[in-house]
Order: sequence, then C-alpha cells, then structure tokens
Amino acid sequence: MAHKRREMLIDPLVDNNPITLQVLGICSALAVTSSLQVAFVMSIAVTLVTGFSSMFISMIRNQIPGSIRIIVQMVVIASLVILVDQLLKAFAFEISKTLSVFVGLIITNCIVMGRAEAFAMKNPPLDSFIDGVGNGLGYGLILMMVGVIRELFGAGSLFGITILETVNNGGWYVPNGLLLLPPSAFFIIGLIIWAFRTWKPAQVEEREYKIQAVEAH
Amino acid sequence: MEELISLAVKAIFVENLALSFFLGMCTFIAVSKKISTAIGLGISVMVVQSITVPANNLILTYLLAPGALAWAGFPDVDLTFLGLISYIGVIAALVQILEMVLDKYFPPLYNALGVFLPLITVNCAILGGSLFMVERGYDLAESVTYGVSSGFGWALAITAMAGVREKLKYSDIPDGLQGLGITFITAGLMAMAFMSFSGVKL
Repeated sequence: MAHKRREMLIDPLVDNNPITLQVLGICSALAVTSSLQVAFVMSIAVTLVTGFSSMFISMIRNQIPGSIRIIVQMVVIASLVILVDQLLKAFAFEISKTLSVFVGLIITNCIVMGRAEAFAMKNPPLDSFIDGVGNGLGYGLILMMVGVIRELFGAGSLFGITILETVNNGGWYVPNGLLLLPPSAFFIIGLIIWAFRTWKPAQVEEREYKIQAVEAH
Repeated sequence: MEELISLAVKAIFVENLALSFFLGMCTFIAVSKKISTAIGLGISVMVVQSITVPANNLILTYLLAPGALAWAGFPDVDLTFLGLISYIGVIAALVQILEMVLDKYFPPLYNALGVFLPLITVNCAILGGSLFMVERGYDLAESVTYGVSSGFGWALAITAMAGVREKLKYSDIPDGLQGLGITFITAGLMAMAFMSFSGVKL
C-alpha cells in the first residue's frame, strides 16, 4: 500500500506530468514564470489547492448528486482559492500583486478540476490527497524549470539574487530580453516537451500523415 | 466613445487574452485541430464572455464592493473577498442558462456548440476577463466593450491557430516534437506576431 502511494506521488512528475502529457493547467504555467520567486509561490499555491480540494471532494464524494457535481466541485475549489488569496494578501502582498489575477485563476486551472473529476470522485480521501499533491508537484516542476531558464538567462538572476552580472550593471552577461516576454514561455515548454518525449518515447504522439518514399518509374 | 474603441482594439490585438495572457490555453491547445470546431468554440466563448463580464460588473458594483450594499441598509459591509466564488458561480449559472435557452429556441446553434458549452465554465479566459475587469476598475460601458472584444480576440486567436495546425499536420516534424510540442512553438510564434501590435493606439 505504501509503495502504491509513493508511486501515486511520483508518477505525475515525469511519466504522467499534468502539463507535458495531460495538457492541463497550461495557462498559468506560462504567465507566471518570468521570475522564479513568483513561479515558486504559484507552485506551492496550486499544490496545496489541488491536494486539499481532492481530499475534501473525496470526503463528500458519496453525498454529491451526479448532476450538480461540477458546481459542488467548483465551490470547494473556489473556497480554497479564496483562502490562498487572502493568505497571500496578508503575508506576501508584493507577490500577490505580481500574481494579480492568476491566483484567482487557480479555480479554473484544469489540473484541480481534472484531478477532482478523474480521481477524487472515485477514491478515498488520503489517496486523493496524495494524488492531488503529486499532480501539483508535477505542475510545479515544469513551472520551476521554465522559471529558472527565464529568470537566469533573461535577467541574469535566480530568486532575485544576481548570478550572471549583466552588462547594465557593469558585468559581462548580455541578458536575452526575449526570455522575459510572453512568447518565450511557449518555446521553452515546447522544448521541454520535446526533451521529455525523447527521454520517454512512449509519450510520443502518433503522426496523422506519414511521409513515404515514392518509387521512381 | 473613442476611449471605448481604443479599449476594444487593445483587448483584441495588443492584450489578446490567449496570446499575451495565456488564458484559455487548455482549450486553445486541445480544440484547435480543425477550423470549423475552432470557430464554433470561438463564437461560444465570445457570447459567454459578452454576457458574463457585464453581469459580474453589476454584481461587483451593487453587491460586493465596499459600501455597495448601502441600498439595503448595510453601508459598512465589504464583501469583496467573496468575489472569486461569486464570479465563478455567475459564470457556471450563465453557461447553464445559455445552454437551456439555446436548446429551447435555437436548436441548430445548440447542436453546433453543444459540446463546447460546458467546457466554457472552466475556460480561464472567461474568469480571467471578469477578474481583469475588476482589477482595472471598468465601469459598465467599458466592461460590455471589454467583454465583447476580448472574446472576439480569443476567437480570432484560436481560429488562426486551427488554420495553422490544419496545414501543419502534413509537415515532417521530429518524433518528440510531434503534436503538443510543435503546437506550443507555433503558439509562441503567433504570440510574437501579435506582439507587433503593441504600441498601437487609436
């Protein structure tokens, strides 16, 4: 049992990653990654919300009528997100300003909904909690990878601490401004997916059309 | 009036919900394989967006904002912390109502959009639109304009994306990049193209 739980926690990190394989929760993954600190806070917030919402939904799963389950799930998730939002406003106001609407958008983050619907509705609370946390961490992993690349090469720092001294401050590193702009996040995630799938060829999608050699007459 | 036009242009091109704020990305990636379905989804998002943003604006002004309940005799009450849960409730309810109205009075449209309507509740572009409306403090006229034009911008982006992907499937792409990977890179290139609109003002 313990072994199975550990697998549930680790599986979503690479083998069944919510972003690169299940295509869930991409919106915020792209928007909040220009600085590592923000990405870090966002990962924690999403992990907590996914974990606890799965747990609570799983606790009441036998009481929820099927026809209104989406609304019930929404209410549970929204309440948790309000909690996170208020906590951030109270203890990390600067970061909550930077995250702006994206904290609220955790509600519609498909990972939370997806795990509630696909896993928590069928499994006991503890398992659902672990599954939620695992998926949150898988999401966080990609977020941190993108955040590291964008902040290190775009601004020459990590967590706001200068690593590569930029030219503007008298150093040697010419920062790549593109990495701070929105489109770079798309490229980086695209390349991460490429890397993941080269590593785990089982994740490669089927081609719709194949190029075939035509025999010469 | 000029301000509203300027706001509309800004919401469609410069601050495109899909390509510069990455909202509604899950559906943007998942449902952009064919132009016809992309257009259907685009239109439904636009309709829902045009209704929910003004509706949430009214709720904010008359129920939630500090002092908004003065008409009911509670001038000191500030319910803004209930914002998120109310907006998502309004969105879910409106999508449900829209679904029933379309089913009853416009069956062809309902059949065309049917599959996508429930999906829209969890489309972050819709909630994002309402949250931006709150954050930027739009009034009613502005939120109507913003709702329509940001929905249109999203529809434009997903249709363009579907157009690109319909051609893309014939190309010879490395195995690991097949499907999702190349879609992300395409979206990145489109986002760069849309960035060239920044600075456009009317």
